[in-house]
Amino acid sequence: MAKKPQDNHEVETTGHKWDGIEEYNNPLPRWWLWVFYATIVWGIWYTIAYPAWPMISGATQGYLGFSTRANVQVELEAAEAANAGINERLAGVELASIPGDDELAGYARSAGEAVFNTWCVQCHGREGGGATGYPTLSDDAWLWGGTMEAIHTTVTHGIRNDEDPDARYSQMPAFGRDELLTEEEVVQVVNYVMSLSGEPQDAQAAAAGEEVFTYNCAACHGENAMGMEEQGAPNLTDAIWLYGGDYDALYETVWNSRFGVMPPWQERLTEAEIRAVSAYVHQLGGGE
Amino acid sequence: MADDKMQKPPMPASASGVGDRPKKKTFLDRHQILERNVTLLAIFAFLVVTIGGIVQIAPLFWLENTIEEVEGMRPYTPLELTGRDIYIREGCYVCHSQMIRPMRDEVERYGHYSLAAESQYDHPFQWGSKRTGPDLARVGGRYSNAWHVDHLRDPQSVVPESVMPKYGYLEERLIDGRYVDELLATHKLVGVPYEDAHIENARADFKAQADPDSDYDGLIERYGESAQVANFDGRPGISEADALIAYLQMLGTLVDFSTFTPVASR
Repeated sequence: MAKKPQDNHEVETTGHKWDGIEEYNNPLPRWWLWVFYATIVWGIWYTIAYPAWPMISGATQGYLGFSTRANVQVELEAAEAANAGINERLAGVELASIPGDDELAGYARSAGEAVFNTWCVQCHGREGGGATGYPTLSDDAWLWGGTMEAIHTTVTHGIRNDEDPDARYSQMPAFGRDELLTEEEVVQVVNYVMSLSGEPQDAQAAAAGEEVFTYNCAACHGENAMGMEEQGAPNLTDAIWLYGGDYDALYETVWNSRFGVMPPWQERLTEAEIRAVSAYVHQLGGGE
Repeated sequence: MADDKMQKPPMPASASGVGDRPKKKTFLDRHQILERNVTLLAIFAFLVVTIGGIVQIAPLFWLENTIEEVEGMRPYTPLELTGRDIYIREGCYVCHSQMIRPMRDEVERYGHYSLAAESQYDHPFQWGSKRTGPDLARVGGRYSNAWHVDHLRDPQSVVPESVMPKYGYLEERLIDGRYVDELLATHKLVGVPYEDAHIENARADFKAQADPDSDYDGLIERYGESAQVANFDGRPGISEADALIAYLQMLGTLVDFSTFTPVASR
């Protein structure tokens, strides 16, 4: 490494002097000096090779033609090209045949999982676990249908959104708020609905609620309250509840109604991506 | 080694500025004047930094490709601009960036990389420098309004691993947009192209955007179809949550990317 500075009086000083302390003027190490010169040369080369100097209407482009935006385009296209064959096949086959096709199903499982974890997981939870207000996708209870076609339509167009005219749409009336039912009738029908899934309830109110149900709810939820997928109306006889099945949650649902919205994905995802994520959801546990 | 050194002729005094004053002043001699006078040094250092600054900053004001021409950009509506102020007040930018870099992983996760044009009405911009949460440059339309309400109230209810604090109190704080016209006027002052009609109708537009039952034709006429009208928080009255969600739901949704051709020199 660097030699010790000469400490005899022959070494020049810089002339700086303070309280009798002087500063030696030893030369810089050669290697340091040459590295310094090299950085200057490199700096000049860099501004010629890469976009750098501002001119009248634009900056110099650099002879290497480097462009971040072009690079990311190339990368995206390379990734697309690598999967082009299987994506094309995925987008072209019958939807219903995808789960039975080992190659496509395997691809869709991993590609679909990537799509799901980027775009869907924030509402539907990890592996489709769901949350209050956001349907669980890993069980076999479906609001709008659990076939490949039905899932594909839901993902493509979404539910009750303003953006897509083909979005799935249904609206439960706000029976209490809009005064379609009296408060007593709401209490009765809530008790009746609770009785359907065997929850503790006021038997007298539940009995009275059956008539309220038949006249007001059966048109969508079905006479046996098993739900109707064409309307997105849930089955009320099971223990699966999107907004909660206790008295307070059901009262809120009947009084104010619910209006769950899902965005459409056809603008953001390709057809192959939509099919992949549909197949992923289909195989989470409840695909029909 | 010591002997070698001693045999070398001493450096000419003029080269190091040491020793007897030479008759002819060298560059280093003149430089000593700066080194030994702190006021002069400050003045010249300032000049050097100024030149550097001018070279880097000034061209951005005349280069035509600094802000690319794109279809669809518009100034914020009064409600969105109010929401943006709440975003800044709550320090959202500390954890959320609004800048999708041109890299494959970011583009695949968040969408098209951000353009300078998309920040052109931002004073100040919200690019941020750190992501504890995800980038929000294109969060608009990605979730439903109800999701945003749930998520602001209790982020862990929808994203269990989230470390975001709860912002439920935003729903409780009602705002009346009393000063929103002045807010628009201030932004006009720094270059946002609001017209007089925007400022005159700011308070009406503020209320109309949060109420789907209102007459919001004027709002749409002034700001275009991209202005979303909804009761964002699902509750009566206009709350800070309404404004914030209105802002979040428009982020990154304005530019029509079918009309955008990237310039290769970037």
